[in-house]
Formats: sequence, structure tokens, C-alpha cells
Amino acid sequence: MPDARSPDAPGTIAVRCRVNGRDETLHDYPMARLLDTLREKLHLTGIKEGCGEGECGACSVEIDGKLVNSCLIPVAQVEGAEIRTIEGVATTEQLSVVQQAFISYGGAQCGICTPGMVLAAVNLLEQNNHPTEPEIRAALAGNLCRCTGYMKIFESILRACDRTEVQS
Amino acid sequence: MRSFIPDYEMQTPRSLGAALDILARDPGIWRPFAGGTDLMVLLEAGKLAHRHYLNIWNLAELRGIESASWLISLGALTTYTDVRRNATLAREFPLLCRAAAETGGVATQNRGTLGGNIANASPAADTPPALLIYDAELELLSSRGSRRIPYRGFHGGYKKMDLRPDELVGRIFLPRGRTGWKSYYRKVGTRRAQAISKVCFAGAVRFDGKIVDDIRIAIGSVAPAVVCATQTEAYVRGKSLDAAAIAAARQVFAKEIAPIDDIRSTAHYRHVVALNLLEEFLTTTAAQ
Repeated sequence: MPDARSPDAPGTIAVRCRVNGRDETLHDYPMARLLDTLREKLHLTGIKEGCGEGECGACSVEIDGKLVNSCLIPVAQVEGAEIRTIEGVATTEQLSVVQQAFISYGGAQCGICTPGMVLAAVNLLEQNNHPTEPEIRAALAGNLCRCTGYMKIFESILRACDRTEVQS
Repeated sequence: MRSFIPDYEMQTPRSLGAALDILARDPGIWRPFAGGTDLMVLLEAGKLAHRHYLNIWNLAELRGIESASWLISLGALTTYTDVRRNATLAREFPLLCRAAAETGGVATQNRGTLGGNIANASPAADTPPALLIYDAELELLSSRGSRRIPYRGFHGGYKKMDLRPDELVGRIFLPRGRTGWKSYYRKVGTRRAQAISKVCFAGAVRFDGKIVDDIRIAIGSVAPAVVCATQTEAYVRGKSLDAAAIAAARQVFAKEIAPIDDIRSTAHYRHVVALNLLEEFLTTTAAQ
């Protein structure tokens, strides 16, 4: 395959967007998967590929505040979009409340689903800061985990809703 | 094997008019590409045969849910999330909201569109049965103009539909003001979220006393397209739903569906479940 990262590779396009608060121009083939472009061009390798067909949620990112599977987004569709990946969740060395809760309460094990789980949880909490457990289950229904059995993930998110408990 | 990405072209028209012009100039060459939740799965699997796509995702003219006194008009790019969050739809067309909530998970619901669910023409699509029982109509757009057709009858066979190569699904209309109808929707899949249907059943019925005055039955995953069970509807209309009538309705319905074996289920299982869903629909609505 020709080097799609070269701005003048034949058939490629330049897509302007914001990624984790920074202006970026992504050079790639129009139907390259956003997942691949973000990982390979911007080295945002926190985004994982699980199934590659929209089933598992490991490649979750936010586009304009909405949770999406980046394996199902052609890069041509993110022109002008505001994208947030797991790398944009904690902006300093300090982990976000949700990330810390996943560590404290065993929500993370092998780590492949974790970036997607955390992003789905953060996305939920930004719309609903005190979700019930059924609401958490519904919001994370598109994120699959083979390790935890989910209970510790749900618990982590419930705990994250109460910041004082997370810090104790 | 994965597809070779440089083989695929996608162009992004700036307006609906520009999109329709491209479709008219090269009919059949450029195919519309909306949220990508079906097409990108095929791309990844190396099964996306068509190579040229028109990115319609950003066309504002195809978005928005608008209410008039006699109908609700939904842009073809209305996502499942848009449907779920609309209070008017929740009140008047609850089965459509239910179908949207049971399609995929949050990420799929944020990208998948009603127009895509219709034009992708999967026999296992979840919103078409709900749209059919609400007597939805479609507005099909082309540079020649627009035409409005009943959704019932749009799907003619496996991936066959009444949509010309230069046409786009523009809007979906739901007539308002139906009163006295009782409705039923049930999707049967392997898992509550994310799973594609084994069988998906939607029904609506209006009684005059104990007699079925009017009825709609639509079902997915039991035929080459999502279908209306017109013979079963005709049989049940005018009848009182006692045990004998329901048993007879099951027999009419059994002849009307033609489920197959595939990766998600077997013909036998689908057949049994579809008949049981018909019975559940008829008995529960008759008892309400």
C-alpha cells in the first residue's frame, strides 16, 4: 500500500478536525477507518481494536460529544469534528475520577476493553451524573469485557459518582 | 480478509442538491453512505463489493424531527438516539422508540439512521416493523423531484426495493392522530443489546368491542425482507379473538412466513417463535 501518511499520496484526502483539543489535519484515504488513522498517524494507541465490526466497543471515541465506534467511521466523515479519545479524558498526570475508580475497585483487568469502558462511562456521567445501575448497564451495553464479569465495572462507575468514596 | 482501502472512493457533497446531482449524473455509480454501521462492517470483512460512496452524513436537509398537526416528519438521517430522545415519538409512537433502543448499543444508536435501516434493506432490520405498523410513508428525492409512497410495499424481496439509483430516502412520515390502537413489539435476539434479531415482531390492533376492527402485523427475519403479514391481517379482521380464531390465525401466519437457517438461528426456531409472538400479540392485546 502506498504511504497514506504522505500528504500527497494519490487518492488521499486531508481532513481537518480537533482531536483532544488540538487542531489536526489527517491525511488518509477517505474510507480509512478513524480507528487506524488515529492510532497510526496520531499514535493514540489507547484506542483498541477488538472485533472491528462495531460489536465490542474497545475502539470507542467521542465525536462531537457522542460515543461512537471508531472502527465504523470512515475518516472522510470527521471533517470539522471535535474528537475525544481516552487520551483526552485525563488532561494532566492526575487520573480522572472514573479512571481512578476503575483502579480502586477492580474495574480494569487485562485492559483491552478499559479505554472504551472508561470513555462510555465518562460519556454517560457527563449526561447523567447520578445514573442508576440499570442506566449504567444500558449505557455500557455496547462495551464487551471478557475478564471482569462486569460487576466490578458497574461498581467502579457507581463509586465514581461519589467522589469522596473514590478518594478515600 | 480485509478490504484494500485505497480501492474505495468517497466524496462529500456540500448540499442535498449537489448530492442529488451526482446521483443523477452517474446513476448507480455513487451510493449513499450515512452512519456506516452496516457498510463499515462489510468493509472490514472484505465484503463491500461497491466501491464509490457519497457521504451524506452532514446533509442538514436530511436531519431533524418535525411535528405538524397531522404527521411527524423524520429526516432520513435521524439516528436511533434522536428517536429515543424525542418526547412526541415516545408518547405517540412508542414502538419506534422501543425498536431504536433495542438496536445495537449507544455507539451504534448514535450513528445508525432510520433512512439507512430502510435503504440497507436488511430482512433483520429492527425499526422497519415498527414503521410499518404505524403506516409510515417515505419521501424519495431525486434531481427530478420527489415522490411520496407508502412504506408498506417498498421492500419487494431480498435487498430489492422501490428506490431508483438516482433517488435518496429523504424523509419518513408518520401519520398522527390514530386513536384506540393497542400495540406490541418484541425483538428476540441472543443478547438484549448489540445482537441482531432472530425474529422481530411488531403489531397494532384496534378492537370494536370484542371484534378486530383493524390490524397491522409486520415482522423481520422470517422472509427475504421485513414483511407485513397481509393474509393474517385479512383473516383476523372482523373476528373475535377466541382460542379457535387464534389457532387458525397461527396457521394462516405459518404459511405466510418463510424463515431460513443462517448464522443467527434456524428456520425451525424462527418459525416456532414467530407463531408464538403472533399468539402473544393477539392474546395480550385482546385481554387489555
